[in-house]
Amino acid sequence: MDFLETLLNGLSLGGTYAIIALGYTMVYGIAKMLNFAHGDIIMVGSYIIWFTFLRLDCHPSISIALAIICCVILGIVIERLAYRPLRGAPSLAVLITAIGVSSLLQGLPAILDTISKSSNNSALKEKLSGILNPLPIQDMVHTNKLVLFGVEFPISISALVTILITVATMIALTVFIKKSKTGKAMVAVSENRDAALLMGIHINKIIVVTFAIGSALAGVAATLMLTKGTPASPSFGALPGIVAFSAAVIGGIGSIPGAALGGFLIGILETFCNANSALSPYRNAIVFSVLIIILLFKPSGILGNPRREKV
Amino acid sequence: MAKYTENDRIFDENGREIVLKTEHLSISFGGLKAVNDVNLEIKKGQLYGLIGPNGAGKTTVFNLLTGIYKPTEGKIFLCGEDITGLDPIKINKAGIARTFQNIRLFSNLTVLENVMVGLSNQIKCSVAESILRLPRHSKSEKDFRKSAHELLKLFTLDEYADQLASNLPYGKQRKLEIARAMATNPTLLLLDEPAAGMNPNETQELMNDISYIRKHFDMTILLIEHDMRLVSGICEQLTVLNFGTELAKGDTSEVLNDPEVVKAYLGE
Amino acid sequence: MRKTNDLGLNKSFKFKNYLNYTVILAVLAVLMILQFTGAAGTDFNYKIMPIVIPIGVYVILALSLNMVVGFLGELSLGHAGFMCIGAFVGGKIASLLDTGDNANISVMLIALILGGLCAALFGFIVGLPALRLRGDYLAIVTLAFNMIITDVIKEIPFFAKGSNLPTPSLKDEYNYIIIFAIILITLAVIQNFARSKHGRAIMSIRDNEIAARTMGINIVKYKLTVFTISAFFAGIAGVLWSYYQPGINYEMFKYNVSIEILVMVVLGGMGSVNGSILAAALITFINNYGKFSEESFAPYRTVLYALILIIVVIYRNAPGLKGFREKYNMKDLFAKIFKKKTSQEKLEDIADKETKKSEKSDKKEQKLSNKVSKKAAKSAKNAKKEDR
Repeated sequence: MDFLETLLNGLSLGGTYAIIALGYTMVYGIAKMLNFAHGDIIMVGSYIIWFTFLRLDCHPSISIALAIICCVILGIVIERLAYRPLRGAPSLAVLITAIGVSSLLQGLPAILDTISKSSNNSALKEKLSGILNPLPIQDMVHTNKLVLFGVEFPISISALVTILITVATMIALTVFIKKSKTGKAMVAVSENRDAALLMGIHINKIIVVTFAIGSALAGVAATLMLTKGTPASPSFGALPGIVAFSAAVIGGIGSIPGAALGGFLIGILETFCNANSALSPYRNAIVFSVLIIILLFKPSGILGNPRREKV
Repeated sequence: MAKYTENDRIFDENGREIVLKTEHLSISFGGLKAVNDVNLEIKKGQLYGLIGPNGAGKTTVFNLLTGIYKPTEGKIFLCGEDITGLDPIKINKAGIARTFQNIRLFSNLTVLENVMVGLSNQIKCSVAESILRLPRHSKSEKDFRKSAHELLKLFTLDEYADQLASNLPYGKQRKLEIARAMATNPTLLLLDEPAAGMNPNETQELMNDISYIRKHFDMTILLIEHDMRLVSGICEQLTVLNFGTELAKGDTSEVLNDPEVVKAYLGE
Repeated sequence: MRKTNDLGLNKSFKFKNYLNYTVILAVLAVLMILQFTGAAGTDFNYKIMPIVIPIGVYVILALSLNMVVGFLGELSLGHAGFMCIGAFVGGKIASLLDTGDNANISVMLIALILGGLCAALFGFIVGLPALRLRGDYLAIVTLAFNMIITDVIKEIPFFAKGSNLPTPSLKDEYNYIIIFAIILITLAVIQNFARSKHGRAIMSIRDNEIAARTMGINIVKYKLTVFTISAFFAGIAGVLWSYYQPGINYEMFKYNVSIEILVMVVLGGMGSVNGSILAAALITFINNYGKFSEESFAPYRTVLYALILIIVVIYRNAPGLKGFREKYNMKDLFAKIFKKKTSQEKLEDIADKETKKSEKSDKKEQKLSNKVSKKAAKSAKNAKKEDR
C-alpha cells in the first residue's frame, strides 16, 4: 500500500506541476517565448489568496476567484508593457526581459517588507507584516484521507481534488483549442504567425488571450500549492516554476497533453525521491538531470514534434 | 561516355576533370521524396545551372551537397572523393562553398570580418597563440587583413570594408556573400538564386561578376536561378528539376526549348 | 540583440585598444598613492578591501559571462554554479594548505589555479548540451546546472555540507594589488581571444550558425572552448570570493547571483568588454558602498536593476523603436562630440562616390558612343562618295 500512496501523492504533486506547465506551454506555443515570470505571477496569486482569506475573512471561493482575476490582469499588463514592444525582436532579448520582469516581481514583496520594518506607523506596520509573513493556511488543507462506503483510500482529499482539477483543466483547454474560434486562431498563430495575420487574425489579441489563460492557470496553481501547506513568500513560485517548465519541456513544449504528462512524470519522480531517505536531498538534482538527459536525446520532448530550421 | 580515372579523380573523354558527380542522389522527408535520383556531372570550369519551378527541390540539392541534410540514398563525389554524409565543416574543407537564397551574412560583423571568417581555415593560428599574442598571431592577423582586402578589391567592396554587413545595400550583401564563399578557397562554388530580388542593372552587374570569378579563379560554378535572362546568358549546361526528379538536362539552349520544360514552367 | 562592435579587429596597434588596461592601472596607481602617502588614513586596507575584492570578483564574472552571452550569443544562467565550484574547491584547498593567520600568496595561487581548472572542467561538461540545444532550452539547462551544483555541494561532508566552510582571508597590506593583477590577466586573455580569428569565428556562430558551418567553422571546438574559458574565470572569481568571505555557504551561489551577473553584462552592452567592466564595477560599487549597501536597500536595488534591465533591453531591441534608436544613440553622440562621421554618413559618402563614378563612366560611354556614331557617319559618307 505504501507504493500506491506514494504514487498517488506523486500524481497530486504532478497535477500542480502540470497546471503550471500548461501555463508555460500555452505561452511558449503561441507567443514563442519563455515567460520566465510565470512562477512569480503564481507568487502574487498566493499572496492575494492568503491576504483575502485570512486577513479579510473572504470565503475561499471568493479569494480564489480574486486571485485568478488579479493574476489575469497582471499577466495582461506584463504582456502589454514588457513583451509586446519586443515582438519581432531576437528571442534572447525577450528572454532577458522576462527574467527582468521575474526579478522585478520578486523584489516587490521584499520592498513591502522593508517598508513595514522601517515604518513608524504601527497600524501600517502591522498590516504589512500581516501580508508579508504568512503562515501555511491550515484551514484550506484537507489532509484527511478519502473515505467512501466505509473504505479508507490511500489519498487525501486535497490530493484527489488536485488531480481532478488538473484533468478537468486539461480537457477544458483541449476542447477550447479544438472547438472554439479563438482556440483555432491560437493554433494558427502558433503554426505560422505571418500567415495567420494574412488570414485576418489579430495576433496581438490572440496573444493577450493566451497570456490571460496562462495567468489564470497561475492563479489556480497558487491555490493548489497553498493547499499543500507551503506558505507564500517572494520566492514561492520560482523553483516550482522552473521545475514545471522542465516538465513542459520534457513532455514536449507547445503540447497540452505533453505538459500534463511531463508534470505528472516529474511529480511522481520527485515524490519517490522524497520517499527514499538516501535520494531525498538530491531530488531537484535528479529532476534536472532527467531534464538535461531528455533534452539531449529528444530535444523536442516526448510528445512534441521536431522542427527543422529552413535553410 | 568514355571516361578514365587517375588517383580517384575522374576525367571525361576530352581529359576534362569532373569536379562534381552525384549518383542517384535522393532524400525523403517523412513520406515525401523531396529529391529523387538526381545525377549531376559538372566539369572543371563549367558554369552549370540548376533550374525548376518553386518547390522542385533545388535548394534541397544544395543542402545535400553541403552536408546540411544527409541523403537517404545515393553518393556525392567531389573530384573523385566520396563526400556523402560528411558534415558541412568537412565538406567546406573538401572544397565546396555556397551562398544562401535568403542572405545569411554575419550581420553584426563588418564586411572585412565576414571575409576574414571565410578565410579562417586558410590561415593557421591556435587559440593559445592568439591569447598569448605569440608572433604567429600578429603574422596571421596581417595575412588575414591582406587577403581579405585583396578579395574585397576584386569584388569592388573594399570601400565598405569597415561597415557592418547589415548596413550594406541589398545587392552588395549578395556580392559579399559570394566574396565570403570564395574566401574559403573552394573548388566548387554553389550560388543559390544570386539574382533574387535584384533589379535588371544589378543582375547585369552580377552576371559580369560571375563571369569574372569564373575566369579569374578558373572556378567551377553550380547555380540555382529563376531569372531566365541570367540562366540563358551565362550557363553552359542545365539540369531541370520538377517534383524532385530530373526533367531534362543538357546544353542550355536545347533544354530551354524542350517542350517538357516549357510545360513544367508554364503549365499546359 | 544589438551587439556592440568595439573590438577594433581591423585596426593595427592603436592606443584606443589598450585604453582599458591603462584605466585599470591608473586606478591601481591612485590607490597605491593614497596608501603610501597615508592620505586615506591608517586603516586603508580595512577600508579598501571590502570594495576592491567584490568589484574584482564581479568584473571577472561579468567579463567571463560576456564571452558566452555577448560573443557566442547564448544565454547562460548558471554562471554562479561555476563560481560555486571554484569557491568550494579553491577555498577548501586553501584552508588545507594555509596554516598561518595571514593568507599565503603561493597557496592562493595554487587555490586559484585548481579552483579555476575544476570549474573549467564543469564548463566543458555544460558546453556539451550547448552543442545540441540553443536559446531558451540552453538557458534552462544552465539554470538547472546551477541548481544541481548547489544541491549537491550541500550534501558533501568534505565541503562542510555547503554551509560555512571556513576559508582563509586576505589581510596583508598590499593584497589589493593581487586582485588588480588577476583582473588584468582576465581582461588580457578574454580580450586577446575575442580580437583574433577565434573571436571572429565565435561571433560568426552567434550571427548565423548555419552559415558559419558552411564556412568550415568548427562549431564544436569553439562552443566548448568558450564555455571552458568562461567557466575557468568564473571559478577564479569564486576562489577570490572565498578569500573575501570568512566562510562560504552554498546559498551565496544560487541562480539569482547568475542573474545579477547577467544584468551587468546586458547593461554594459552585450559583446562589449569595456561595458561589462564598467557595469560590473559600477553596480558592485553601489551594492557595497555606504548607505546603499545596507540590507534594507537590497530589495530596492533588485527592483531598480530589474527595471533598468527591462528598459535597456526594450530600448535596444524593440522593432518599434528603430527610428528612435537611429536618431539618438551613444555612438552617433560620441561621433558628434568628436566631430567624426557617423556610420550612416560614411555609407552615404560611399554611395555618393559611386554615383559620381557611374556618372563619369556614363559620360565617357556617351562620348565614346558619340565618337563611334560620328565615325560611322563619316565612313558612311565616305562610302557614299566612293560609290559615286
